[in-house]
Amino acid sequence: MSPFFWVHSAISSVSAQELGAAMLIVSGWLLLAIAGMLKPHSIRYVARILFPLGAAASLALFCVAGEFLLAGRTPQTMTLALGLPDMPFHLRLDALSAFFLMVLGVAGTGISTFAAGYFRSGEGTAPGLLGLHYHVFMASMAVVMLADDAYLFMVAWEVMALSSYFLVTSQHRIPEIRRAGFLYLLMAHVGAMCILLSFGLMQGGSWQLSFDAMRGASLAPLRATSAFALALAGFGAKAGVVPAHVWLPEAHPAAPSPVSAMMSGLMLKTAIYGLLRVTFDLLHVRFWQWGIAALLLGLFSGIFGAIFAAVQTDMKRLLAYSSIENIGLIVTAVGLAILFAASHLPLYAALALAAALIHVLNHSLFKSILFLTTGSVLHATKQRSLGKLGGLIRYMPWVALFALIGTLAIAGLPPLNGFVSEWLLLQAFLFTPQLPHAFVNMLVPLGAAMLALTVALAAYVMVKFYGIVFLGQPREPSLVQAHRSNWLERIGLAWLAAGCIAIGVEPQLALHAVGSVTAMLVGQTVASSPSAWRIAPIAPQQASYSGWVFLLVIVCVVAITFLAVRLLVHGRVRRAPPWDCGYRWQDARMQDTAEGFGQPIRQIFGSFFWMQVHLPSPSDETPRYRVHIEDRIWRVLYRPISAAMQRMADAVSFLQGGRLAVYLLFSFLTLLVLLVFTL
Amino acid sequence: MNGIAFVWQFLEVVLAIALAPLFTGWIAQCRAWMQNRSAPPLLQPYRMLRKLFHKEAVLAEHASPLLRAAPYALFGAMVLAAAIIPSFVTDLPFARAADAIALIGLFATARVCQALAAMDIGSAFGTMGARREMMIGFLAEPAILMVFFNAFLLFGTTALTGVVDNYASHPSVVDPSVIFAAIGFVMVLLAENARIPIDNPATHLELTMIHEAMVLEYSGRHLALIEWAASLKLFNYACIGIALFLPWGIAIHGAGLGHVLFALAALIVKLAVCGAALALIESLSAKLRLFRAPEFLAMAFLIAVLGLLVHLLMGANTSA
Repeated sequence: MSPFFWVHSAISSVSAQELGAAMLIVSGWLLLAIAGMLKPHSIRYVARILFPLGAAASLALFCVAGEFLLAGRTPQTMTLALGLPDMPFHLRLDALSAFFLMVLGVAGTGISTFAAGYFRSGEGTAPGLLGLHYHVFMASMAVVMLADDAYLFMVAWEVMALSSYFLVTSQHRIPEIRRAGFLYLLMAHVGAMCILLSFGLMQGGSWQLSFDAMRGASLAPLRATSAFALALAGFGAKAGVVPAHVWLPEAHPAAPSPVSAMMSGLMLKTAIYGLLRVTFDLLHVRFWQWGIAALLLGLFSGIFGAIFAAVQTDMKRLLAYSSIENIGLIVTAVGLAILFAASHLPLYAALALAAALIHVLNHSLFKSILFLTTGSVLHATKQRSLGKLGGLIRYMPWVALFALIGTLAIAGLPPLNGFVSEWLLLQAFLFTPQLPHAFVNMLVPLGAAMLALTVALAAYVMVKFYGIVFLGQPREPSLVQAHRSNWLERIGLAWLAAGCIAIGVEPQLALHAVGSVTAMLVGQTVASSPSAWRIAPIAPQQASYSGWVFLLVIVCVVAITFLAVRLLVHGRVRRAPPWDCGYRWQDARMQDTAEGFGQPIRQIFGSFFWMQVHLPSPSDETPRYRVHIEDRIWRVLYRPISAAMQRMADAVSFLQGGRLAVYLLFSFLTLLVLLVFTL
Repeated sequence: MNGIAFVWQFLEVVLAIALAPLFTGWIAQCRAWMQNRSAPPLLQPYRMLRKLFHKEAVLAEHASPLLRAAPYALFGAMVLAAAIIPSFVTDLPFARAADAIALIGLFATARVCQALAAMDIGSAFGTMGARREMMIGFLAEPAILMVFFNAFLLFGTTALTGVVDNYASHPSVVDPSVIFAAIGFVMVLLAENARIPIDNPATHLELTMIHEAMVLEYSGRHLALIEWAASLKLFNYACIGIALFLPWGIAIHGAGLGHVLFALAALIVKLAVCGAALALIESLSAKLRLFRAPEFLAMAFLIAVLGLLVHLLMGANTSA
């Protein structure tokens, strides 16, 4: 591909400035990808030069997309002279794609900076190849969001799936990682097939694959519903909506940590982008039943992810399940938005949509922080199992600080950003009794309770994660030697953490950015804030929230209390062995393990799990306690499907004789049959 | 917004900080009377705080800064909550910073801070307490959310000051759903504030304690701040209950000095009655086994949902 073409088009068409700049950044990433192959084995060249350049490109993308959004530009389009002869690639930058590009830019900056300090030589794939896959992955995600025809969209989508597959399997010598990669690739392709079929339905018989034609097509209700269902299934498989979530807990732990952060923080969001694009932009009708379907799927994914996260013992698997939970929240908000939009309540639809979009942004920030900190911990300790970590706040104070910010943010606690989107979503739920459908308006409010349970469970999960990894006593003696993260890693984490705090205390910024998106998709914007220091999405007297007051009052009270205690009383401290009810022989093995911390969840939500518990009898000489937990979905859905596939394959395996002549005969016969069929 | 509002705001916060230990002492006194014990003096909690503040703070050798910061953060969160909840006036500038749902988030922040601090030392009891506290938290949040949902349907706002103001302008709104919501709220209050039947604030019985297990490693001024924050939390919950279910007499926007003094007296009477009622509930019930706690809180949730459904099915008086 020729970058000069894009440079040229960027200069020649003034009306498409931002789109041209975005394409310039995409081509920059591609150049970086190729540049990595010049010295593929030099870690200093690839990690210390190319990755920071990639981070700079991400920062530029963030600025370009942010400027587009805040200035409220009109959509920009461009046609590339690439692709099939009479099917050129169409590009379009509008508010929706700009918002997701901004997310890609802001999180990509942090992740690439961290990755510059993270990658070491001798870990799986050569650094140059890793850089190639990494930057192609970035570029393909950007192109997915810019594509304006189904053809380019699918090409970019596939490039994204393949490049991330290679990143996941970068340590391909380990069999589990190869298996995880295969599962991921399989699910990605099942999803892609659904998306392709959905596009096929949406073109409305004209076989025009550009999105403009799809916007103009008018589909029969059944056809539109099928298209939506296929899109929901396809994008759901990519996003990790239950029951298509099975690849997430396998692929995320297998990938290197910056790649996990990229996949969880960004790639899952491309699926949300696709879902929004199809539902609110390409399809011209929406039915409220679609909203119910998405709402139920989202709520179930949320609760499912939270419950499973609570019983995990591997820190990256825990975070992967937590991603399922967060995607569940986002899909819930999208479902609510569809429900409101189809019931002609556009203001509330805009509120729910704003919650979904802000949560997309938030999740890309705090989940990236958490995945990246697991990377630092992994490098410092060589341990991924929660049962072998502990007490790292004393050896890795910076990582522990950033992880604390990420933890509090993902747990949905004010005044950080996770709370903002969850608060907006709960506000949207408050209006569900106004839905004009009998019974729906009574049952949907219960979804709010389920949402509250999910959010509170997420807090439980994150206390477990942070408490077991960073607090307490080291569970292994070797942890005392854990080394600190390097400065590039800290800069990357600090950038993301600053984003979490900024959106938390100044949510107006995020609300303003999503305003033009909701205006484009549902024709409404939530009310602008009554003053600079608080938000009130519907009406100030109904509900408002101010992160500033939260932060400032707490900080002031803490400062005053601290000073008062020092001045009026005293500030003496004596260090002594821990008290622990006077028990002196307490050691690190007596703390809660990861299993122990998840025990109440296993007890309360036992029916969710397929569980095998082995308890020793009192007379056992070598007592062992073992608990094995599995997804029920594997047993009820995937195992039967794979068994059926196996049976089918066995049934036709007699065709595979191993002789070339026979295979050629088959091809010939097929051709003949097809010829007869067409004639 | 005028200057007097900030004066009320300041007085309201100072009053909450000052009265909270008294409220705790009053409940303890009522309990003692009901259980035929000789009651501790009403000012006992203040003496306790004074003693703890003057004692030396003993920290574990490997305690991290998190352990030392958490009591201050906890206290700060509870003071902020006190600034948001209208106890005797509604003309509060800071109350606009959060509605009831944000208040749930604020309490969750405090809970998470305390649970994390409890895990810092890595003692067996600390992590156990943290795990139990978080469990009670996730069980209680859906129930209290349903209570606030109900308030929203009745009064068209989730801001507590707005609820009180709207109540004052249509005092005829008496909905049966309020009774359900109130029962659910009281159950959540008991669970969230470590009272019987979920937790017993009076014992250190290892197997059942929740709140006490989390603060085992604290001493001196840190423990004093935590205890003060705990009594503030109980006070705050009582004031939320009063604002939602017994808002009579709270001085609304633009009320004069006389009205505010009357509201203050009304608040003291209401708190005295509520404290006695809490003591009665605690005296009449036995502590539940820990794994009966989900049933208790599921009951609270279902009662609150019942209230919501009653309201929606009756379809009346919705100002939302």
